[in-house]
Amino acid sequence: MERTVTYENDLNLKATELRLGLPGTDDSDKQTPSGVRSNKRTLSETTEECRSKSNSGTSDARNDDTETAPAAKAQVVGWPPIRSYRKNSFQPKKTEAEAAGIYVKVSMDGAPYLRKIDLKSYKGYPELLKALENMFKFTIGQYSEREGYNGSDYAPTYEDKDGDWMLVGDVPWEMFISSCKRLRIMKGSEARGLGSYV
Amino acid sequence: MTYFPEEVLEHVFDFLSSHRDRNAVSQVCKSWFRVERWSRHRVFIGNCYAISPERVIARFPRVRALTLKGKPHFADFSLVPHDWGGFVYPWIVAMAKSYPDLEELRLKRMVVSDESLELLSRSFPNFQSLVLVSCEGFSTDGLASIAANCRVLRELDLQENEVEDRRGHWLGCFPDSCTSLVSLNFACLKGEVNLGALERLVARCPNLRSLRLNRAVPLEALHKILTRAPQLVDIGIGSYVHESNSEAYVKLCNAVLNCKSVQSLSGFLEVAPCCLPAFYPICLNLTSLNLSYAPGIQGNELINLIRHCRKLQRLWILDYIGDKGLEVVASTCKELQELRVFPYDPYGGGNATVTEEGLVAISMGCPKLHSLLYFCRQMTNAALINVAKNCPNFTRFRLCILDPTKPDHVTLQPLDEGFGAIVQSCKGLRRLSLSGLLTDQVFLYIGMYAERLEMLSIAFAGESDKGMLYVLNGCKNLRKLEIRDSPFGDIALLTNVGKYETMRSLWMSSCDVTLGGCKALAKKMPRLNVEIINEKDQMMENSHDDGEKVEKMFVYRTLCGPRRDAPDFVWTL
Repeated sequence: MERTVTYENDLNLKATELRLGLPGTDDSDKQTPSGVRSNKRTLSETTEECRSKSNSGTSDARNDDTETAPAAKAQVVGWPPIRSYRKNSFQPKKTEAEAAGIYVKVSMDGAPYLRKIDLKSYKGYPELLKALENMFKFTIGQYSEREGYNGSDYAPTYEDKDGDWMLVGDVPWEMFISSCKRLRIMKGSEARGLGSYV
Repeated sequence: MTYFPEEVLEHVFDFLSSHRDRNAVSQVCKSWFRVERWSRHRVFIGNCYAISPERVIARFPRVRALTLKGKPHFADFSLVPHDWGGFVYPWIVAMAKSYPDLEELRLKRMVVSDESLELLSRSFPNFQSLVLVSCEGFSTDGLASIAANCRVLRELDLQENEVEDRRGHWLGCFPDSCTSLVSLNFACLKGEVNLGALERLVARCPNLRSLRLNRAVPLEALHKILTRAPQLVDIGIGSYVHESNSEAYVKLCNAVLNCKSVQSLSGFLEVAPCCLPAFYPICLNLTSLNLSYAPGIQGNELINLIRHCRKLQRLWILDYIGDKGLEVVASTCKELQELRVFPYDPYGGGNATVTEEGLVAISMGCPKLHSLLYFCRQMTNAALINVAKNCPNFTRFRLCILDPTKPDHVTLQPLDEGFGAIVQSCKGLRRLSLSGLLTDQVFLYIGMYAERLEMLSIAFAGESDKGMLYVLNGCKNLRKLEIRDSPFGDIALLTNVGKYETMRSLWMSSCDVTLGGCKALAKKMPRLNVEIINEKDQMMENSHDDGEKVEKMFVYRTLCGPRRDAPDFVWTL
């Protein structure tokens, strides 16, 4: 997740830290801009206390349940005041399009029925091909740009938005999942024909 | 003194619906006390540990409806450990013996076990209405007992509970003879429901007015349900995903057209926004719209939906509606009384949210607004002063600035003046939640002006004990005070101890009160329970000195002394 990257980068951590000063002022300057004398603990101290105090006991378990974002940002227990039920209902940063999977049919020549897979659940071609191999119990060969899938009787193909049958693996992954309408695992002479077209 | 037969008194008391009026009346004289207690059928108990079930039963022998609240409000935000308390079982056991006529039970923030529900379902032949809000501890098995055994059930309303879903067929447990349902809300259940059973249930309950479905009820089922129940007044949509020109969608449009009585709409837990126009005919008469669980409705679809809702009185939405969206609300919904704007992505920070401008627009466009919950990232005193001028009728004002100590983002001043304007202008204000950078000054204003204030929530605010004392000394009608992460200590706690007996409860966490201060309070005020909640260390009594600050303290008046069901990590002083 992107957040762990942010955590490693010091500058970003500072930018997202909750504190009293203006954004951009030095961390060590703990005066509030209005010059108001403040007896209260500064927020970063409070946060530290909250976190160290919730290190054990049941409240920690609850925090894990209810806080959906990792600790890259300085988060305060029970803040903002949103009911746990409501917090647990959402997965933030997922719009409808992102949250819904891209389900496509997969047919395999000779198989009695088709399957469906969610293209969004794979991060790239190797994962996808491995999953197909497992699902249909076969082996795909090695992909090469020149010769397609060498070393087996099978070739994974897909129908794109234009209705054309394409070999899986030629275009970047993101482009593939946005244009793939269905998958077909070709077998035998047809498959070899596609790969070794001259 | 004219003789007044008791029947006449009882008849007169029947007209008193408010608990406070009944309480007042019961204190007039002994005979009024007697008549009142025998004729009281509805009892409200704001803190289940303030009194024991036995004493309630002894005083009010003929109760038919009971409301009970358990955990303190901050339990909603995970500040109260899981097993703190609030068990309903002892109440049901006691009532099973003494209230054969019990009809209604309403619980909030309580622990409800399946056994409790089973016992409830078997003990009261006339039981009609169960409302559970923010409760936990039960599963769909418990719901199955209610469905199966409550012969004349009219209402089963589950709001935002944590329910263990055992995928049981609890809906199918309603017998064929059950035709009395008026209200059914299971939107908070996560699991599958038996759609056939649901449809048949809806078909045989002609009085069904309110139906809120969960995520597992798809659009295809929805059209069948609406066709069977065109008389619905309140609908909660579960899943609303389909292509907009499919046959199911067309059927749905027709079914919706037939539902001429709908006034309240909620849900859309999963949604394909292109299908929303099906609901435009309903929007014209809507008075209540809750889209706060519908993150799939955004941008133009959201605005277009709202543009159709000219009669809206209550609106709950997510903050990505933005200031522009709120301006549309302000120009469309002139009857608006209650607005809640929840944060969609509270820990993010990149997305569009609402600001003080949206709030000002609403205040200008919606003069009837009296209840507000507003999450935002920035605020200004000027805006709040403007809002106070435009909307003097606020009864509930809860503002949450996501960064807890953020000042006025233009002047960089604390927000004392803004909130001060609110309390000064809104003479009927009963509930207030503060946020942003605040000094003791805001509490001076609150103590001075907020005469009707009953509940105050404070977080990361104030500078000294004076702040809390302004409130305790000033707000005559204060009932609940909850404070977190604010520099109030023993002096604030102990200067006006008599005040706490006039209040329901006081919560203080991450403040400066010490163990010694709490002990002193407990000693001075024997009719208060002073609970120290310390999850880490269960040997509190032995290993701590009085100077140590207390992490969480909950103080409440009670007639029962220390409760006997307190877990190890709760120490009642």
